[in-house]
Amino acid sequence: MNITNLLFNLVNGISLGSVYAIIALGYTMVYGIAKMLNFAHGDVIMVGAYICFFTMSKLSSLFAPGSLAATVVPSLAGVLLAMVVCTVLGVVIERLAYKPLRQAPSLAVLITAIGVSYFLQNSALLLWGSEPRIFTSIVGSGSIQLFGGQLTVAYTTIVTMLTCVVIMVALTLFTGGTKMGKAMRACSEDKGAAMLMGIDVNRTISMTFAIGSALAAIAGALLCSAYPTLMPTTGSLPGIRAFTAAVFGGIGSIPGAMLGGILLGLIETFTKSYITTNLYDAVVFGVLIVVLLVKPTGLLGKQIREKV
Amino acid sequence: MKRFFAFLLTGALVLSMMAGCSGASSSEASSTASSSEAASSEAAAGTGEESAAAEGAIMIGGIGPLTGSAATYGLATKQGAEIAIKEINALGGLQLALDFQDDEGDFEKAGNAYNILKDKDMQIVYGCTTTQPCLTVASLTYEDRYFQLTPSASSTDVTDGKDNVFQMCFTDPDQGVTAANFVKDKGLATKVAVIYNNGDAYSTGIAQGFIAQANELGLEIVAEQTFPDDTTTDFSVQLNAAKNGGAELVFMPIYYTPASLVLNQAKAMGYAPIFFGGDGMDGILDMDGFDKSLAEGLMLMTPFNAASTEERTAKFVAEYQEAYGGIPNQFAADGYDCMYAIYEACQKAGITADMSHEEICDALIATFTSADFSVDGLTGSGMTWNTAGQVTKAPQVFTVQDGVYVAN
Repeated sequence: MNITNLLFNLVNGISLGSVYAIIALGYTMVYGIAKMLNFAHGDVIMVGAYICFFTMSKLSSLFAPGSLAATVVPSLAGVLLAMVVCTVLGVVIERLAYKPLRQAPSLAVLITAIGVSYFLQNSALLLWGSEPRIFTSIVGSGSIQLFGGQLTVAYTTIVTMLTCVVIMVALTLFTGGTKMGKAMRACSEDKGAAMLMGIDVNRTISMTFAIGSALAAIAGALLCSAYPTLMPTTGSLPGIRAFTAAVFGGIGSIPGAMLGGILLGLIETFTKSYITTNLYDAVVFGVLIVVLLVKPTGLLGKQIREKV
Repeated sequence: MKRFFAFLLTGALVLSMMAGCSGASSSEASSTASSSEAASSEAAAGTGEESAAAEGAIMIGGIGPLTGSAATYGLATKQGAEIAIKEINALGGLQLALDFQDDEGDFEKAGNAYNILKDKDMQIVYGCTTTQPCLTVASLTYEDRYFQLTPSASSTDVTDGKDNVFQMCFTDPDQGVTAANFVKDKGLATKVAVIYNNGDAYSTGIAQGFIAQANELGLEIVAEQTFPDDTTTDFSVQLNAAKNGGAELVFMPIYYTPASLVLNQAKAMGYAPIFFGGDGMDGILDMDGFDKSLAEGLMLMTPFNAASTEERTAKFVAEYQEAYGGIPNQFAADGYDCMYAIYEACQKAGITADMSHEEICDALIATFTSADFSVDGLTGSGMTWNTAGQVTKAPQVFTVQDGVYVAN
């Protein structure tokens, strides 16, 4: 085990983990507040990535290749438009599929979420076809060389990690400090009581979905910048991994999602590198089981006593 | 309000179901079109024309992925075959009809597609496009006695122990052996790494053939790296192992979707060996948004070159472009050759449309394996088949230069 190899795996693990983390943030946010697993999150990510892809390929022809505007403007416009579309999509999904089930048992909502996930995947298949498209990185394809070229860190990795931290801090501040954030936490603790205190629960939950879906759009753009094959199924597997990450870190906890994502990425990379390239999923889920046995709420999850 | 959404959702559901069926219904439409064509030719035969062969069309049931991650291959095999059928039917004489069903590259769905075609009275099976579904269908056709010709399922398992299954493509181990010989003969590298998908029979088959031959030839395999399925997106660990081993050439007999990620990540790592792929790599240049400079210097084996000036190839490429847009790949050419092989064998064996599939199966097996049967096609001339169902023809190695294939 040499040191460059170790560093290489560390960087790789963190870069993979930060992609998981950014998706996990969206999962955990919706779960923490609406108390539902939005399995369609991964597919909203895919929609976001497609919107970003189309916007970028439309716009990039308008600028002189190589100029600063040609790299910055299409990426920014792509991400912003994807955020807008995903926000609307998220709110519409919530209104049509989840809101009528507000009083239903959580299992019904879970199944509905899986249905929405398939609906989005198959709609994408119809609209955009199954052909994989190659996503152009939103931050350019360059990389930083360290230790005389022995170690390379792609710009995408750096941007993903920074974005992840920024989002994590922003979300923590938002839910901790603002009026809307407080309303969200109130809804998460007790919907009935929150309603009695004059909080518009429906509006608050819609808001949660709006934010979660906007995060999904950013996650989609960054996911596809790191792993550029874009297909209708692009979001589903990373979505499941990210869900695992969220559970790992303690679902509902915002810093937990970040921690869980990074750890998951590291475990995956180190398993591949030092144990086996085939069984990494088994190892990742094995570790998850051990963690949940020792700490059932996940690494940073809060222990909530159920009232009987 | 609730009712309104209920209507909306129902509407959406109905629409999506209809959309889901559209593939099937359009192929149904085309099959009814071809059967009505057959009916009209029958009528023509009835009105005095004494052509013995033109009594009806021989019904060929095609199976391959028209949707899903391997759709490019399935569509190519379908469209290539359709071009050939159009040409063959225009000759008059023996008529062929093709009904092509989607298997999404999935072995379970391939079984369903096979049953649908059986209900439609197919007489010959054309497919499947990919290996895994083909294994399922091959065991079914063996039981039910259908003659089966696959354009591109290249595993030896497809034909093993089944006298009724024949291949148009070369087998996986053959491809691996050819690649190893090529690397050695041209002196491309002495240290090689292999990256393959060990959850896939195609990829594993080529890799094993390559590794065995490489060991024999004294090429040093410095890294043998695997990944479990085609949804894998992160290959940095595998590439790092190849890089640390000092591999000058990375052999990767994998499909082009993961291959595009490997090329991308190798570039990000600053690792630039020679990349060498099998025929599954064909199609990488046609991916939407793919940066062709990544594939510069990539070597791959394919028996078909669309840029060739050979007369028959040029004619096929022109017809294909006119009908479907885009340049046909190797799979389309395999499909085209399959139809001609079936056509020529049917003529030689004197097969007519009113024969049962068991009779056709036995007659075609005898013809394909007979010593004096050979087919000249786009993917090789003088192709012959052995009793194991394997084709004899030579793969050719191409290098990508400036975004096009250049023959070596």
